[in-house]
Amino acid sequence: MSKYKVNLKINNIPISVDEGTTILDAARQLNFKIPTLCHHDDLCVAGNCRVCVVEQKGNRALPASCATPVSEGMEIQTNSLKVRQARKHIVELLLTEHNADCTKCFKNGFCELQEMSNAYRIGDHVFIDLVMEKDKVTDISSPSIEKDDSKCIRCQRCVRTCTSMQYVSALAVTHKGNDMRISTFLDKPMNDVVCTNCGQCINRCPTAALTERSYIDEVFDAIYDPKKFVVVETAPATRVAIGEEFGMEPGTRVTGKMVSALRRLGFDKVLDTDFTADLTIMEEGTELLTRLKEALVDGKDVALPMLTSCSPGWIKFQEHLYHDLLDNLSTCKSPQQMFGPLAKTYYAEKVNKNPADMVVVSIMPCTAKKFEAERPEMRGSGYKDVDYVLTTRELGRMIHQAGIDFEKLEDEKYDSILGESTGAGIIFGNTGGVMEAALRTAYEIVTGREVPFTNLSIRPVRGMEGVKEASVKIKDVKPEWSFLEGVDLNVAIAHGLVNAKTLMDRIKAGDANYHFIEIMACPGGCIGGGGQPIPTNMEVRKKRAAGVYEEDEAMVIRKSHENPEVTELYESFLHEPLGHKSHDLLHTHYTPRKRH
Amino acid sequence: MENKIKKVDLIFGKVDYLDILSKSLKRTRDELILDVIDSGLRGRGGAGFPTGLKWKFAKNEEADQKYVICNADEGEPGTFKDREILTEAPEKVLAGMALCGYCIGATEGYIYLRGEYNFLLPSLNKAIEKFHNELKKLKLDFTIRICSGSGAYVCGEETALMESMEGKRGEPRNKPPFPTSFGYLGKPTSVNNVETLVFALMIAQEGPAKFKEMGTFDSRGSKVFSVSGDTPSPGIYELELGMTLEQFVEEFGDGDTKAVQVGGASGFCVSRKEFKNTVIGFEGIPTGGSMMLFNSSRSMFNILNDYLEFFEEESCGQCTPCRVGCQQLLKGIEAVKKGIKPPKYLEELQKLSDTMRIASKCGLGQSVPNPFNSIINNFREEIIY
Repeated sequence: MSKYKVNLKINNIPISVDEGTTILDAARQLNFKIPTLCHHDDLCVAGNCRVCVVEQKGNRALPASCATPVSEGMEIQTNSLKVRQARKHIVELLLTEHNADCTKCFKNGFCELQEMSNAYRIGDHVFIDLVMEKDKVTDISSPSIEKDDSKCIRCQRCVRTCTSMQYVSALAVTHKGNDMRISTFLDKPMNDVVCTNCGQCINRCPTAALTERSYIDEVFDAIYDPKKFVVVETAPATRVAIGEEFGMEPGTRVTGKMVSALRRLGFDKVLDTDFTADLTIMEEGTELLTRLKEALVDGKDVALPMLTSCSPGWIKFQEHLYHDLLDNLSTCKSPQQMFGPLAKTYYAEKVNKNPADMVVVSIMPCTAKKFEAERPEMRGSGYKDVDYVLTTRELGRMIHQAGIDFEKLEDEKYDSILGESTGAGIIFGNTGGVMEAALRTAYEIVTGREVPFTNLSIRPVRGMEGVKEASVKIKDVKPEWSFLEGVDLNVAIAHGLVNAKTLMDRIKAGDANYHFIEIMACPGGCIGGGGQPIPTNMEVRKKRAAGVYEEDEAMVIRKSHENPEVTELYESFLHEPLGHKSHDLLHTHYTPRKRH
Repeated sequence: MENKIKKVDLIFGKVDYLDILSKSLKRTRDELILDVIDSGLRGRGGAGFPTGLKWKFAKNEEADQKYVICNADEGEPGTFKDREILTEAPEKVLAGMALCGYCIGATEGYIYLRGEYNFLLPSLNKAIEKFHNELKKLKLDFTIRICSGSGAYVCGEETALMESMEGKRGEPRNKPPFPTSFGYLGKPTSVNNVETLVFALMIAQEGPAKFKEMGTFDSRGSKVFSVSGDTPSPGIYELELGMTLEQFVEEFGDGDTKAVQVGGASGFCVSRKEFKNTVIGFEGIPTGGSMMLFNSSRSMFNILNDYLEFFEEESCGQCTPCRVGCQQLLKGIEAVKKGIKPPKYLEELQKLSDTMRIASKCGLGQSVPNPFNSIINNFREEIIY
């Protein structure tokens, strides 16, 4: 569509922009930063906080610059006296309904409202404080997300995230007027509603109304308990994002520094979830090939397409919304939950520890992993498999608290065993990564040759498009896989739950002939997870994704089935994928849940 | 004593509405719209947007479907004239909708009926059924349905109204785009007040000249008023626009009128000393019909307090200036009354109300300063002491 140009003046400077551009974006092009609160680059326009109002010549009212498109001949002032007075009033109004216990607040120092209050030098409140003592109650029912309404400024970023981006609608606006609030179905506790714990709302909340449930103190208690043997596992996507907590660019690869910092924090062993990501490929890949064989050779009625099960937000989403398709979901646990039981059985034996004295901590880009670790079925080792789940943000905070100068740390390597990983394990962090890793392995198992893509980079499954499709022709197979000769393996990838919904609806309608589908709850996959550093937007996610692919290419081994520790694990302990031990430790089942 | 107020009977008088429609259908849409523009008819719900222009904008849009919505969400405190029109002359409202549909190119119309008016449903449905049969004879493709509101004041705001009709939370939208280009279900929509539609029908019958003769330059024609409060003759009256409040009070007052709230809770409070110089109409103080008279037995503090309680509750709550502003104004006057805040705090509140007027998202928050400032300015002592 060809765009018409619109001419206008902002602060007396002429500018010509595309038709449809908002005043806010036009001002940004001229390097005028208009403050915003309800606006978020990832979300649809709301125009409700009114902080971004500007003065328009000939208009008695002050339009919200985020919600108003430019028009020909418009003359805008972004900082006139009228605007300044209105903006100051609005920020102060927000402060009067906000529980401003900043010194005690989790978001102290990186709260957008606090920043704005500071910018406008709002000292003594002129107006009356509206926050009542009775409202200062935090919903801590969920193991993943805490909701504190007294901090809420009703910008509805969370609602738009939950509804438009994730199609979950656990959070919605309820009541009106002075009673208007962000709430759940019938005001039920967060753990009792359709919430998938994806934490995308946390990533977009400008204040501390939505935060992760923090387990930092519990982890430090364990570290300083001499009786406890505390091992930590780190998810793929954390290593390209944790640097942001120390002012580094998104996507900066700081794996070695992160390992180093974890040792300095006092963890007894620093291990890698990437290892179990590789293991997931072995199990899930075998599961897929088994299902295909059952369908093509045995003529069984097998649930296809098979859906990945690495993303706990996605799993809970499916349990709520598409529980009639739960058979399609791979029975493989996520890499985090494969790690836990292995650590407390195989690894405990190897390092000669009593699993009862072991504490497994995982560092995740995710808040849903906290819920996942609490699932009753996640006790394959006979103990709670993963004891504590910390987000990337929480790890950043621990490092700050311990006074570790992250940037100056020397690179260190993961401990062995359960610390070896491949490029395939690392790309689990990106949307399309599980698919790419699975294809690298499955294709080679079936044909004996590497996937036919330059440098092992399977481009069609990469990128930020919401739903991606690819087809790989399988030919010249090994004799034992003859039933796959000439088959076009059709795969699809979705990230962000609204895209997952699109794909699932197509499957339900019988309008999709895929064999294998990868779904991640968060936009961009785990690199855009709900536990990752704030802020997030497309640019940030693209940089992190690029970091993940660089990390992959820097690895010597880039295929899961070549991970020597995985091979050793099968030889000495598991014996074979989908074997008896795997079934006990690495596979799980799912629970249908209600829609609300 | 002779009264200068001219009573009119355009709205409630019986007419052959089918004859008006059939004659109109023989004319072009542009001609009909031009007549409405020429008549100077402005929206009778309160905001006063020129009706003909609204129809022209909607007509000029290209779309596979357009809608006519009759706004019968009459929620403004002190207004009850649409209820009467829908009771006494429903067929004229329906004919007005059909006329609008013909003009803008819509084949579907909705009456958004205030929840509290659900008792009108049986009679309205009957009238609609009869009207549909009559339309068949005229060979005009136009269907009318009723959509019931659920009691939120803000749903009288046209974009909130459409959100509500779409099954969503009744919150005003960002404008632009305006409903004439992006309205109900995203289609071009003309939202008109009950009374406006009847006037449009009458203009089609009488021609614009007769309508234009009445009223003043900015406020043509007549208007239905809902008169209430301290008056010996409360009720509904169709009066020519342009009278002064002095004339109005002479007719309707009880001899002790100290103030008139013109335009309902969101309108202006005019005190006795200003009656003479205040014209009721767009050049003076406009009204959607509500005229509340107060005599000296009334506490203006209580009145303002009631209005603010109403707005505090009826704000949809999405935008900051309105949601929090209403609470601050209410808590503020209470604090001043109790001596917790000094009298000069009222000036801070008035500054805040200025912000609400210019920075709120919709007409609700933008008009709360009307009663607030007019009552504070006229009756400051009653608020403080």
